[in-house]
Amino acid sequence: MRDVAIVSTAQMTNVRREQRRNEVEMLMPVVQEAVKRSGIPKGDIGFTCSGSCDYLAGQPFAFVSALDAIGAWPPISESHVEMDGAWALYEAWVKIQTGQADSALVYSFGKSSMGDVPDVLNLQLDPYYLSPLGIDSISLAALQARAFLEKTQYTERDLAKVAVRSRKSAKDNPNAQLAGDFDLEKLLAEPYLVSPLRVHDCAPISDGAVAVVLAADDTARNACERPAWITGIDHRIEPHQPGVRDLSESPSTALAGAKAGVASGGIEVAELYAPFTHQELILRDALGLDASTSINPSGGALAANAIMVAGLTRIAEVANRIQWGSIGRGLAHATSGPCLQQNLVCVLEAK
Amino acid sequence: MASGDGGLLSASHIVEYPYRRSTGPVMGRFFAALRDRRFEGVKTARGRVLVPPTEYDPQTGEAADEMVPVGPGGVVTTWAWVSHPRAKHPLNHPFAWALIQLDGADTAMLHAVDTGVESAMQTGMRVTPRWRAQTVGSINDVACFEPEGTS
Repeated sequence: MRDVAIVSTAQMTNVRREQRRNEVEMLMPVVQEAVKRSGIPKGDIGFTCSGSCDYLAGQPFAFVSALDAIGAWPPISESHVEMDGAWALYEAWVKIQTGQADSALVYSFGKSSMGDVPDVLNLQLDPYYLSPLGIDSISLAALQARAFLEKTQYTERDLAKVAVRSRKSAKDNPNAQLAGDFDLEKLLAEPYLVSPLRVHDCAPISDGAVAVVLAADDTARNACERPAWITGIDHRIEPHQPGVRDLSESPSTALAGAKAGVASGGIEVAELYAPFTHQELILRDALGLDASTSINPSGGALAANAIMVAGLTRIAEVANRIQWGSIGRGLAHATSGPCLQQNLVCVLEAK
Repeated sequence: MASGDGGLLSASHIVEYPYRRSTGPVMGRFFAALRDRRFEGVKTARGRVLVPPTEYDPQTGEAADEMVPVGPGGVVTTWAWVSHPRAKHPLNHPFAWALIQLDGADTAMLHAVDTGVESAMQTGMRVTPRWRAQTVGSINDVACFEPEGTS
């Protein structure tokens, strides 16, 4: 296996609604900043891969226009996943492992404000049994939350604590959208949005973009003083039908974590893509994380949740902390599909 | 085109994917049974009955094609209460989403449950389908489920 590291990252500051700029205009400064920080001349980057959701723009092949932010002349080697950018990073990592490239630019963008996100996410469901019922993403998460609360010792208070801690942590994250000090008792006095979930249990709707540059071996060592080496990366999927699974746990996260080597060392920071409070608790248990790990110091998805961006952002947040020298080993997680159906775990280390 | 606030032009944009799909031998049987106001599941090689049925056992990948009758009653395994239904939801008054394990099935199917009030919902409660007057072979042939003994 080749040693592959993240050598630079850049993010757009997440906002509820980006009024002036289109996706290309949102992406361009983010991509330019990531490439500049990597020190790798843009023409030398061997592969480009992106993640986004065409349903947000409501246009087939909407992702192609985003290439205007990259510049595709002279021709570049390029690919796209209709998934979170974390899976674009996985594809780029595989591409580098094959020896076809020594470096890669990975980016994702989500202008979630263009549609009604809970309804748009209905369109990722199967078109026979689930989507025609008109169920939205918050309702699906609420079904999971009740299964979780009824099968475990956790309470609605535990969920609210996740929200309070996340938004407090987000005060230190200049790219966060929803940050501040919230009173636990006041949150618990709020009405349900879809019971047992309240508004504070749900991620905000965000417009955002993120870019990451990967490099292998000496390309990475030359690019950056303290590369964030990817020492393990794996993703696993569960059946699509929510009624086939035990929604109170996440065996695919546990398996991906084991394959990525989470347990072979201490985890100082874990950035978990949990757009709903109960999902953070499910993920923590699936990954075997205890009080020695700092969870979502960025505020996580509860502080900003641009669709298809928030997973790759988790990886960027851990990579940043390794590059800054504040941690030596951390893990990032990304999810896709309803009720944590598919999960990716990436272990990053300084060497 | 209409002129909105500030003189900006706006136009409605409807995204449509007007494809017809073949449901295949297993889902096709399930939907045909719904049209006759019955439920069918598929039995896997391991003897588990999947509802809604798939052509394969999600745990082993083995093919499954033996259809067996299930329901019509079942048990709620988890639920979520919607106090403000969205436009695309199946009921326009407060209702519950629920995963419902039909009698004879080993897995649960998603549908709506109409109890009127949240306090009438409980995990483990028994429910029964309320069929539409006209059935066409769709998951929406079931208008919703309701507590057993309601009608």
